Amino acid sequence: MTAAEAMPRQDAGTAPAAEEPAPRRAKLRTGPLTTKALTTSVSARTAWLLRCLSILVPLAVWQAVSASGRVDPAFLPSPSAVWAAGVDMAAGGELAADLAASLGRIAAGFGLAVLISVPLGFAMGTLGWAQPLLEPAVGILRYLPASAFIPLLIIWLGIGEASKVALLVLGVVFFNTLMTADAVRQVPHRLLEVSATLGASRPRVAARVVFPYALPGIIDAMRVNAAAAWNFVVVAELVAATSGLGYRITRAQRFLQTDRIFAILVVIGLIGLVIDVTLRLLRARVGRWAR
Amino acid sequence: MTSAPSGLRLEGVGKEFVPGRPVLQDVDLSVASGDFVCVVGASGSGKSTLLGMVAGLVPPTSGRVLLDGREVAGPGPDRGLVFQTASLYPWRTVAQNVAFGLEALGVPRAARRERVRWLLDEVGLGHLAGALPGRLSGGQQQRVAIARALACAPRVLLLDEPFGALDVQTKEDMQLFVRQVWQDVTPAGERPTVVMVTHDTEEAVFLARRVIVLSSDPGRISQEIAIGLPEPRPLEIKRSAEFLRIRAEVEDLVRAEHRAHQARVAAAPA
Repeated sequence: MTAAEAMPRQDAGTAPAAEEPAPRRAKLRTGPLTTKALTTSVSARTAWLLRCLSILVPLAVWQAVSASGRVDPAFLPSPSAVWAAGVDMAAGGELAADLAASLGRIAAGFGLAVLISVPLGFAMGTLGWAQPLLEPAVGILRYLPASAFIPLLIIWLGIGEASKVALLVLGVVFFNTLMTADAVRQVPHRLLEVSATLGASRPRVAARVVFPYALPGIIDAMRVNAAAAWNFVVVAELVAATSGLGYRITRAQRFLQTDRIFAILVVIGLIGLVIDVTLRLLRARVGRWAR
Repeated sequence: MTSAPSGLRLEGVGKEFVPGRPVLQDVDLSVASGDFVCVVGASGSGKSTLLGMVAGLVPPTSGRVLLDGREVAGPGPDRGLVFQTASLYPWRTVAQNVAFGLEALGVPRAARRERVRWLLDEVGLGHLAGALPGRLSGGQQQRVAIARALACAPRVLLLDEPFGALDVQTKEDMQLFVRQVWQDVTPAGERPTVVMVTHDTEEAVFLARRVIVLSSDPGRISQEIAIGLPEPRPLEIKRSAEFLRIRAEVEDLVRAEHRAHQARVAAAPA
């Protein structure tokens, strides 16, 4: 749920729910030649088995390596040691407190970024003048690594909450703006023309046609960028913080508590998974019509 | 050509998307209120552009479009439009799709519901009122699109190759359906004017009371043919000698325009 997940985010938003309401999707599947030529499919049971394997095999390798005794447990603690460290931190209450601190920052930073980027992207996708006005600036800003702003943000805003939230906003807002604009631009031109002939005003078309059509794509963009937000909150806490999961990792590093670092990484991964699945479910619900 | 203000009137209408290269030129056309007109022509004759200008989606470069004596300045619910692809709102149910224009007009909910139910029964889709468009067949989707356009009780119904993507049997069903709609869709008994673009000459002759043949490069009206077939028209009429004669006549005209167009393309410097 880290770099690898964050990489393909440019594309994900541009692949929206539905093109035209294409009637015969099922035909593609039954066509024996096309399916064989393009992809191979497996049964649902096999798919679940493979999903389990993708978690269990790395776990088993980890267990085998640490049990072999070839690696110093100070570098690679065993899964059971990590579990114990996690339980220990949970029991002490610090894990919950750190988790709450990190999630709070995500809620503030990511939430603010969404509040800015969705209307901005919507404007870029719908208003003729907003696109040429905003795209160059946003396109350049997107390539400035948010992490490189940390020193500047600390100078501007201090080492308190504001600079962390600002880092999150910086890391998310530009990508999410462009991806929202992309999703909005997917609305078929014909649909807009038909709406105009049905007497709908421009604001009405924006609210009743463009927004519902683009919403699944907008949620997709949010899902991909939520992973980025999760990265940036930990980065922010690694640099300057007195609470949060990133802070807890730097503390553990100071005392060479690698088992704790691993436990926190597992927690970060799991929370990321929960966020991802939640947004996926939301998207599936909002975009029911798209499948 | 009457000068009566009622109905649709195009006066010297032309369109250039690229300056100096007209798509349509000097189109003069009058369609009486309640008439059914089909526009045929080779590809590139600007048929769809013509319809777009009546709909108000494409502003003419020259001339003007008048509906009941008033110049068309933009799209509006008095001119319903249906494309080849149904272009339904995929997240709205069939009933909600049909209600879209009524909502925009501010029709109260109860009246809206009543009108939608009446229309869906009329197009034979009452049982699918709650379904999403994705579950409908191509023909059913087109019926919804037509019902949606008719919901606002338009003066003119504009059909842009509405059955081009349908299979032959569905297409015939839909031809009968459109005729039916044209005959009795408004409760008040007033027929909507229908202007339909098609490349299918059989369809044009079967449906229309008048067929307009467009020439290409630029598109102009090359011929108007009154279709004197009896009313109502059952499908069997397509096999009658009179039908076949008119159809051959229209086909010859379209083919001649097509050939001329190809010759001009071949002669044009690359």
